[in-house]
Amino acid sequence: MEDTKQNKPDVDKPTNEVVVDIDHISKSFGTKDVLTDINLQLKRGENIVVLGKSGQGKSVTIQCIVGLLTPDTGTVKVFGDDVAEMNEEQLKQLRTKVGFLFQSGALYDSMTVRDNLEFPLIRILKITDQAELDKRVEEALDGVGLADAIDKRPSDLSGGMRKRVGLARTMIVRPEIMLYDEPTTGLDPITSREISELILNMQKKYKTSSIIITHDMECAKITADRVLIMNEGTYIAEGSFNELKKSDDELVRSFFNETT
Amino acid sequence: MAEQAITGYKKWLEGVGEQGVFFKSFFRNIFRGGFEWSEFVRQCYEIGYRSMMLVGITSFIMGMVLILQLRPSMLEMGAESMLPKTLAVSFIREIGPVIIAIICAGKVASGIGAELGSMKVTEQIDAMEVSGANPLQYLVVTRILATSLMVPLLTVIGDAIGLFGGFLALNFTDDIRFTLYFHKCISSLEFIDFLPAVVKTVFFGFAIGFVGCYKGYNSNKGTESVGIAANSAVVTASLWIFVIDAVAVQITSLLFYR
Repeated sequence: MEDTKQNKPDVDKPTNEVVVDIDHISKSFGTKDVLTDINLQLKRGENIVVLGKSGQGKSVTIQCIVGLLTPDTGTVKVFGDDVAEMNEEQLKQLRTKVGFLFQSGALYDSMTVRDNLEFPLIRILKITDQAELDKRVEEALDGVGLADAIDKRPSDLSGGMRKRVGLARTMIVRPEIMLYDEPTTGLDPITSREISELILNMQKKYKTSSIIITHDMECAKITADRVLIMNEGTYIAEGSFNELKKSDDELVRSFFNETT
Repeated sequence: MAEQAITGYKKWLEGVGEQGVFFKSFFRNIFRGGFEWSEFVRQCYEIGYRSMMLVGITSFIMGMVLILQLRPSMLEMGAESMLPKTLAVSFIREIGPVIIAIICAGKVASGIGAELGSMKVTEQIDAMEVSGANPLQYLVVTRILATSLMVPLLTVIGDAIGLFGGFLALNFTDDIRFTLYFHKCISSLEFIDFLPAVVKTVFFGFAIGFVGCYKGYNSNKGTESVGIAANSAVVTASLWIFVIDAVAVQITSLLFYR
């Protein structure tokens, strides 16, 4: 088995500055406890991969970071500010710094790829000059290798292309933190690998810090500086990909046995 | 049994509260600045222009049918010459606005409910929100204002087409000149017949847009929810149209026809 780091291009080493600090959060929906006493610290420049089976609360964790959900107990601090205490304007400012790639890509169906990418530029960065918009959109699409798809509609794109366009739309405003919600789910192994490498290249290019939610071990192997394994709403293990692969815990090892 | 009733009542109250909050958010976002003009114009086109054919055909048929149904009775009473006036008053005051609003509820409210519902299911609304844009301003404000503007316009056009349908139906059996027919129609109408009828269609349009947006925006995640949102939007918007109509008739009677 190749070492994780051998698969990775050179990226800037993580610093000690904590950009996301999740402190003892819990979240329930009705009678179901989805998160139980979760702690997580993301350092600047770091890629954390959260592994776990579906329905274990992985996505809920990152939705708490951008304020889409509010934890029942505990705090989520981003750049030192408590997300739960932010007003609407502060939340809006935060979301310009934190990019979120949804599982489906979440492209706006009624718009072309160009309009999808222009949407955040016009509304968040307030760019109105068409030449500047065109330049940024073309640059972003070049970055994900989809310059030809600029005038296509999302319905004309394959799953992998939608994810790439989704990534380009998220990265176009140059966020400092990226949250990926199962970026390779539903893709074939080759496209999954391409997306994983693209995530890493984007991190290198824009110097982002990332949390990647996945159950794709290949994606974890390629992208992770640190891996957290989640089961039944709580973390059961933490370490590098190779450390966890050699874990004595049967449940932890079971994640690695099937595919790696 | 009693517990179920209490739970149902609580759920209903929660729904009313949520609609109140949504209503407040809508008004707050109108005056927030950064109005989405291009999306508003696109919605006016989608809602107004794309509904015109349906509204036109329905109004035309309604006008024709009304004349054909009214004629025997009017003939029996020797009031055949009153046919244009009867059609004009009934169509402009009541039948036109309500029928056209119901058609719009079926076409527009369900369309908005299904569109926003599927955007919710595919996380497009969440994506808009986490990108720092304001989905309420972009999706909700534009659609509600577009329906509030377009339903009255469609009603005015539909009224004219309905009267024209009546003219053709009358010409099947009687020979009446176009100018005479419309002179009879117009001269039988007063400003107070026209104004309340148009004003109430603004509220019809608002109800159609509001209900469609609320049902779609607050649908659950899951493909089944899209269908539920669309269906519920049509039923609720239609019900609201009749409620608003009943209230509007009472107010109009009190103000103008005492």
